[in-house]
Amino acid sequence: MTKAKGNPGFRSALPIVLFLLVGFAAPLIGVIMYSFMPPRTFSILQSPTIENYTTLFEGTSYISFLWSLGLAVVTVALLALVCYPVAYGLVRVFGRWSTLLTLLFTIPLFVSENIRLYGWVLFLIKNGVLLGSLQSLFGIEMDSILFTLGSIVLGMVYVYLPFMLFPMTLGVAMVPNDTRDAAYDLGASRWQVFKEVELPLSMPGIMIGSLLTFVLAVGAIAEAKVLGGQRIIPITHDIEIAFTYSQNWPLGAALSVLLMLVVGALVLTVLRRFDLDAILGRR
Amino acid sequence: MRDRQQRTRHALLTAWTIAVLAFVYIPGVTILLASLTSSRYFTFPISRWGLDWWSKTFNSLEVRQLLWTSVSIALVVTVVAVSIGFFAALAFARYQWKGRTLFQRLVLLPIFFPQSVLGLALLLWFNAVGVDLSWKTAAFAHLVWIIPVVTLVISIQVYSFDPALEEAAFDLGASRWQVFREVTLPVLFPGIFSGSLFAFLLSWGNFPLSLFTTGADSTVPEYLYAKMVAGYTPGVPVLGTVSTFGAALLLLGGYALILFIRRRREAADG
Repeated sequence: MTKAKGNPGFRSALPIVLFLLVGFAAPLIGVIMYSFMPPRTFSILQSPTIENYTTLFEGTSYISFLWSLGLAVVTVALLALVCYPVAYGLVRVFGRWSTLLTLLFTIPLFVSENIRLYGWVLFLIKNGVLLGSLQSLFGIEMDSILFTLGSIVLGMVYVYLPFMLFPMTLGVAMVPNDTRDAAYDLGASRWQVFKEVELPLSMPGIMIGSLLTFVLAVGAIAEAKVLGGQRIIPITHDIEIAFTYSQNWPLGAALSVLLMLVVGALVLTVLRRFDLDAILGRR
Repeated sequence: MRDRQQRTRHALLTAWTIAVLAFVYIPGVTILLASLTSSRYFTFPISRWGLDWWSKTFNSLEVRQLLWTSVSIALVVTVVAVSIGFFAALAFARYQWKGRTLFQRLVLLPIFFPQSVLGLALLLWFNAVGVDLSWKTAAFAHLVWIIPVVTLVISIQVYSFDPALEEAAFDLGASRWQVFREVTLPVLFPGIFSGSLFAFLLSWGNFPLSLFTTGADSTVPEYLYAKMVAGYTPGVPVLGTVSTFGAALLLLGGYALILFIRRRREAADG
């Protein structure tokens, strides 16, 4: 603690560090400890066992794992394609409209995702807004895409859009105009400028956005339930079931640990490669 | 030639952005429409318009209790998150100190973490420590995720802050408290303000953390989820609309306030 004297950085960091130790690090250690307890017990003071992990590796939960990872990858890829033109426009094209547009993209972020997903249900359902309009205006009858894989992907792309868009916008803003102009002056084509200048220089923002979206999408729980009609069981659902219906906390903890390992390894690898000051500090 | 290409490209970009924006607002508009029907089930086009479900929902004691719980959590979260996040942002972006890079990564970790798993981890933790679950534990859970977000939001403002301002004030004989009150706080105010908005609204809309940590209390998003899974009731669109428009008003109002203050300050300076 003597170090704290005359070190304003350390002193300012202290409250949040203490809070995260109690509120983040300790619970995670707790989960790890629970995952080594005998199945269907509720205390962390028993002799450790690896039974939960052997159960998992012999069981079928890897299917849920693959679904979760697969859905997350698809979501990230689609969002990158959807968001890049918008981010580019916000930074380079829309000028003073950008602030208003950014604000409009921000608002839904603050509405509980359940409500927004439910909006999609009412939009897509038979006799809902989409099919009801089609029928009454054009007399077209169609099957609802609700409760299919497509509607789950739609819901995930929808919910995580801002998390891709905003880091991406920061990334695109990192490309200096001079560099682009220089590339044009040297005779680069539009496509070359994009491939050789814009994409590599905005990569930090794109990567951060992808990482954030991926992590959130792997942890998604409501989309598959609300829009997918439980057709697909993601890993988070398995975890929830272990904790609630089957009252098997240690098994749920073991599943959580596996998920944490995948996510943690990915986050640490990607974050290590970027200078956060450069991404956030630009103004 | 390049000009015309560029114009086409910009038109395409604009069209695409408007399409994405429409996509973003489809569910909100749908929910609003659904709340305005007086029939028991939602069918479109709406045959009987009416506000019946609005009055029914607002006269329900249960709903008032829910709104109150959600607001209490959000207020507590805002105050605590901004107080801690403000100093964390200084450590994050302003001071050069040993361990800063490590600190930055630590602060980001909770943001880059699946929230449902975090909620469960906290549930286990509260159980192990022997804390009873209530809206207070939910506020704690929200904080684990929201303090880092607020730290990031304020940090962006701190990065553009020139430390020379503070030093000048010190040189002119201001005390530490005076410098903080007269220089640091006003300059960083926009960041603190958006940080508070983020804190309040993210807590207001949060579901995955609340789900596991509220115990017997219930927040608006949790209630809506329970109702949704159980089947359709028109109270859901009503509460959803309220929640959506409340958030939008708060955000637009806050933004207008910032613009207003900035104008006035500019007028005072010029």
